[in-house]
Amino acid sequence: MQKFSTLKSIPAYLPIVNIDTDMIIPKQFLKTIKRTGLGKNLFFEMRYDDKGKEINEFVLNKTPFNKSKILIAGKNFGCGSSREHAPWALLDFGITCVISSSFADIFHNNCFKNGILPIILNDDKIKELSEYANRKEEIFVDLNEEKVIYGNNEVRFKVDPFKKKCLLEGLDDIALSLNKSKKIESFEKDLKSQKPWIFND
Amino acid sequence: MPNTLYDKIWNDHLVDQQADGTALLFVDRHLVHEVTSPQAFEGLRNSNRKVRHPKLTLAVADHNVPTTDRSKGISDKESKIQVDTLEANCKEFGVKLFGMGDKRQGIVHIIGPEQGFTQPGTVIVCGDSHTATHGAFGSLAFGIGTSEVEHVLATQTLVQKKAKNFRINVEGKLPLGVTSKDVILQIIGKIGTAGGTGCVIEYAGDLIRSLSVEQRMTICNMTIEGGARAGLIAPDEKIFKYLEGKPMSPKGKNWENALGYWRNLKSDDGAKFDKEVNLKAEEILPMITWGTSPQDVITIDGKIPNPQNEKNEDKKNSLERALNYMGLKPNMAAKDIKIDKVFIGSCTNGRIEDLREAAKILKDKKIASHVHAMVVPGSGLVKEQAEQEGLDKIFVNSGFEWREPGCSMCLAMNADKLKPEERCASTSNRNFEGRQGRGGRTHLVSPGMAAAAAISGSLDDVRKYQN
Repeated sequence: MQKFSTLKSIPAYLPIVNIDTDMIIPKQFLKTIKRTGLGKNLFFEMRYDDKGKEINEFVLNKTPFNKSKILIAGKNFGCGSSREHAPWALLDFGITCVISSSFADIFHNNCFKNGILPIILNDDKIKELSEYANRKEEIFVDLNEEKVIYGNNEVRFKVDPFKKKCLLEGLDDIALSLNKSKKIESFEKDLKSQKPWIFND
Repeated sequence: MPNTLYDKIWNDHLVDQQADGTALLFVDRHLVHEVTSPQAFEGLRNSNRKVRHPKLTLAVADHNVPTTDRSKGISDKESKIQVDTLEANCKEFGVKLFGMGDKRQGIVHIIGPEQGFTQPGTVIVCGDSHTATHGAFGSLAFGIGTSEVEHVLATQTLVQKKAKNFRINVEGKLPLGVTSKDVILQIIGKIGTAGGTGCVIEYAGDLIRSLSVEQRMTICNMTIEGGARAGLIAPDEKIFKYLEGKPMSPKGKNWENALGYWRNLKSDDGAKFDKEVNLKAEEILPMITWGTSPQDVITIDGKIPNPQNEKNEDKKNSLERALNYMGLKPNMAAKDIKIDKVFIGSCTNGRIEDLREAAKILKDKKIASHVHAMVVPGSGLVKEQAEQEGLDKIFVNSGFEWREPGCSMCLAMNADKLKPEERCASTSNRNFEGRQGRGGRTHLVSPGMAAAAAISGSLDDVRKYQN
């Protein structure tokens, strides 16, 4: 997995609440058997018209936001379907940090598996940061210090320590879990004797 | 210390717990479908890893499959690749698959219970957010992403943090014509789509206990629409009776032992819940959604909300956006909303009892001439059962199309979709923008309400058609 430590970018601001994963990447693009190549279809229905032409007013179609690495959005971002195609599409577009006042659980988890940092801040801070998007000024994200620096200000955020470590070091959590094979084996042994029906033996 | 049902299942599946609370949880049952699994199998292959427990894994293609004649296979090239890829992966890794020609094929959350793969007290996962459906059996069931699918395939475990306990009590009896779909829509309207974020919801109260197994599945299914990953209900004799004799249910001595364990699966008296909400069943009415979020609910007697009455600027903007997308005017009566299509099916309402409920309303009636309506049974076995009961004839005689099983127009990944600005009364679970097709407009309703809308040609009150 791609590591995440610091990031500097002009943020793009999408002031919509409850952005669901259907909106982030509609179903017609879920037919892929790859993880890559979804960036061009990110926010497809807001981004292109019926004829496939870019809608100029949509934020990610505008310069400099078409190069933004940070997305600021309304609360409950990533709700709905569990599709990991949503973070894959963000990543492929170049967005590796999403800032919102809340995230849906599955999307939040999926971000950390793909080197994307979701940051939760309160609505007032979101409003302040969105001004940087409006003025096309850069903000700076530091995962290690758990803070966002903007102008002469900074705001702290919280990340789960284990997820932070995985993101900073780009760790493969399957390998980490397989390091606990002995514990898994011993659990399975107990399970077989206590609840044999689970294995249908 | 008294524990909740969620606490008990959690504790029973702990393989390891780190000092920071990060836990490794054993997964008893893993359901796999074609859309969220190809990249996971690919990951296994690239790392030279195997599926740790193929016998605890069950696969089916449901999202992409056509619901019309299947004799010629899948015409959409990409859909075909995805379904073929699932087949090849299952063969390579030794995972059991119900193929498209198998009568046990169907929506992943319908076939799990049908086969007895779903069992009380287990941890069940699937790369699909509606996995919460299986919580109706008193299991901890939740949706995961594809990276997590790969993790479960490789290790039969999942890295998790404990969620909060949230209990929703529904007491009393439902009025005539009101169903478990209306109950869950009412709940989502009350708590909001982020109301359950970070929580596992236990549904309790005498109304919940009085519901059939399938009605309970409808409630647990839509838990994700309230933001919670899992919803569950303490299992009881109805559940045990439902599971007895199912192909993958425990047999003989195992059955007796399992029953002994299952009967203890309930929250202890005095167990602590972080959050609690109470509803009175008598006050629940037939519901519809008017907007583009499952929390946008009103009763069928209600009116479309007016953004001018909303003081919060964000909420006002989002109301206006929803009304604009849905092509509706403020203060319009729900019953004046004319529809073009009706869809009965999905993992929310595609089971036999749902079809019976709709057929009861449609018997000896015709649907409105401008309405195109279809029924997509949740599985081949549901379809077979419905045909044995003659329900297919009732649907066809009334003007509905009778289709092959799959997810179909719930998410419109196959050929079944709305055209721009087409309006649909749907028994599915999501009314998001574009969910049933670009520009399509979805109103979520119960199967009986969908049948009533088909007859009237507009959203209508199912109570009008009760005998």
